[in-house]
Amino acid sequence: MLAYLAKRLLSLVPVLLVITIATFMLIHIMPGGPAAAILGLEATQSDTDALNEAMGFDRPIAEQYINWIGGLFRGDLGDSLFLHQPVGQAISEHLGPTFSLAVVAEVIALLLAIPLGILAAYKRDSALDQLVRSLSLVGMAVPGFLLALFLMLFVGVRLHWLPIAGYAPLADGVWAHYRYLILPGISLGTIQAALIMRMTRSSMLEVLHLNFIKTVRSKGLRESKVLLKHALRNAFIPILTVIGQTFGTLVTGAVIIETIFNIPGIGQLVINSIERRDYTVIQGVVLTVTLLYVLINLIVDLLYGAVDPRVRLDRK
Amino acid sequence: MVENIHDQSQLDRLGQLGRKLRREQRLLSCFRLRTNYDLLIGAAVLGALIVLAFIGPLLSPYDPLEMKVLDRLKPPSAAHWLGTDEFGRDLLTRVLHGARLSLGIGITVTLLTSLLGLIIGVYAAFYKPLDHILMRICDGLIAFPGILLAIALMATLGASASNVIIALTIVFTPSIARTIRSTALVVREQPYIEAIRAQGATNARIIWLHIAPNALSPLLVQAAFVFAEAILSEAALSFLGAGIPAPAPSWGNILQASKSVISKAWWMVTFPGIALVLSVLSLNMLGDGLRDFLDPRSKRKGKGSRRVRRVAP
Repeated sequence: MLAYLAKRLLSLVPVLLVITIATFMLIHIMPGGPAAAILGLEATQSDTDALNEAMGFDRPIAEQYINWIGGLFRGDLGDSLFLHQPVGQAISEHLGPTFSLAVVAEVIALLLAIPLGILAAYKRDSALDQLVRSLSLVGMAVPGFLLALFLMLFVGVRLHWLPIAGYAPLADGVWAHYRYLILPGISLGTIQAALIMRMTRSSMLEVLHLNFIKTVRSKGLRESKVLLKHALRNAFIPILTVIGQTFGTLVTGAVIIETIFNIPGIGQLVINSIERRDYTVIQGVVLTVTLLYVLINLIVDLLYGAVDPRVRLDRK
Repeated sequence: MVENIHDQSQLDRLGQLGRKLRREQRLLSCFRLRTNYDLLIGAAVLGALIVLAFIGPLLSPYDPLEMKVLDRLKPPSAAHWLGTDEFGRDLLTRVLHGARLSLGIGITVTLLTSLLGLIIGVYAAFYKPLDHILMRICDGLIAFPGILLAIALMATLGASASNVIIALTIVFTPSIARTIRSTALVVREQPYIEAIRAQGATNARIIWLHIAPNALSPLLVQAAFVFAEAILSEAALSFLGAGIPAPAPSWGNILQASKSVISKAWWMVTFPGIALVLSVLSLNMLGDGLRDFLDPRSKRKGKGSRRVRRVAP
């Protein structure tokens, strides 16, 4: 396990190198150079020069990169040009709502996908199975932001069941907090649900025709127990992988969904930063979310290796 | 077998056999095509959308950009089949022009990523040192959450249709390159490649005449998925205000405008939404169908078919 861990961590080094270089270059590929882009068209040459001097844009690019990386190791992502606060602070202030939303979406997706997936596999080729399969096909074709608009239209505007936009922190009470997250959670969780449903169905199908299922059935075990205790347990590893691998996508998906529902998360931060030309914030958010994404995937891989020892041997 | 052939009649017999086999193969393909509903429905719907995108705007009496204040937010009627938007522009006209824009960007991104991915993939599979460098770069780019990378690129490059194409090409090429590489690695080890090399074929000849053609069918399948993802991503970017700039009738732009009038104009969400879902759905079906058709063994596996990552949430 330790050797596997070391190998896995070592393979991350080049990935992190590419990620940091690409993120660093984001600021430098801007047409006309970073200072001119930040200041806009009306900037004078002396303004640009002053900003170049202040931000160190006039230094050689390799030196800038090394300074930037050095800052990263100290947890310093630079300062926001618009918010007048460190980028790290701005991000940590906005991370909570995004994370809350991703968790709500995951819970909704699981509640929807696992029971439906099991039923679809159990009643293979029945009307229910057909329905579940077409739902998951449609679920994957409807983008979250479109689903969000439809939900706003029907549930929020027509039925007035739930608020169509806004956010309340957890401190305002549990219901007040989650009330705002239900519609965004459904919009975000649907694609997730479609993917998990497909995997649950196919993984259950594979297990259900194995001999040990016949054995437990012939023992006279109740069907619900056969499905949940024996079949699901053995079918669970691939399902777990999909859940893990797609949780990272949920966090990034939240970035889009929260701008629609006016949830003050990092997505809104990044979209607002585009208009403000606040490039250090964009850079910081991209880096933070990508590192989170890589970290989540790493944890999932390690968990997978811990659960199923064959994985460790398979991979080089 | 071949060295035993001495006279013309044997050769003729062999030729006949070959023709018969080919005919049977073609019949079999026809049959597999006829029962491949994913492929048929996907291709039909996509074809219809492309035709609509081509002729639709020509038949419409309205201009997609001309504003008429008196016609603001009219529901669907005989004059405006799908209603009008917040500036009094005919929604049907805008959705049809949007189809041109969205499908056009989708096709362009697909062609560019396929070409770049093919080149990177086959060369990476062929030259070991190059492989390490290229694949590390691809791994790094794949590690970025796709839509976030696209947003960041759009933020720095500036919002325009050509920058959307550049950003999406950067986002999608690595996964295509990886697909091609993994196919090419298998092909490279085949005995016939060795035989060709023994005959003195140059590397370029082996790569482009023998490896690349064998990587085409997985490429075609992936291209369908990239097309779908590109359309979705373009819509998502435009919806966020980081894609095609405002007056242009992209589906994402119409949807963005619809958000602020959502309580007054259901049609502005519904129709461009349906167009978007239909095109993505048909492309996904086309991709699934192509995979079943080109690689029948993978059928019913259901796993690993979709190597292109989801980008738009």
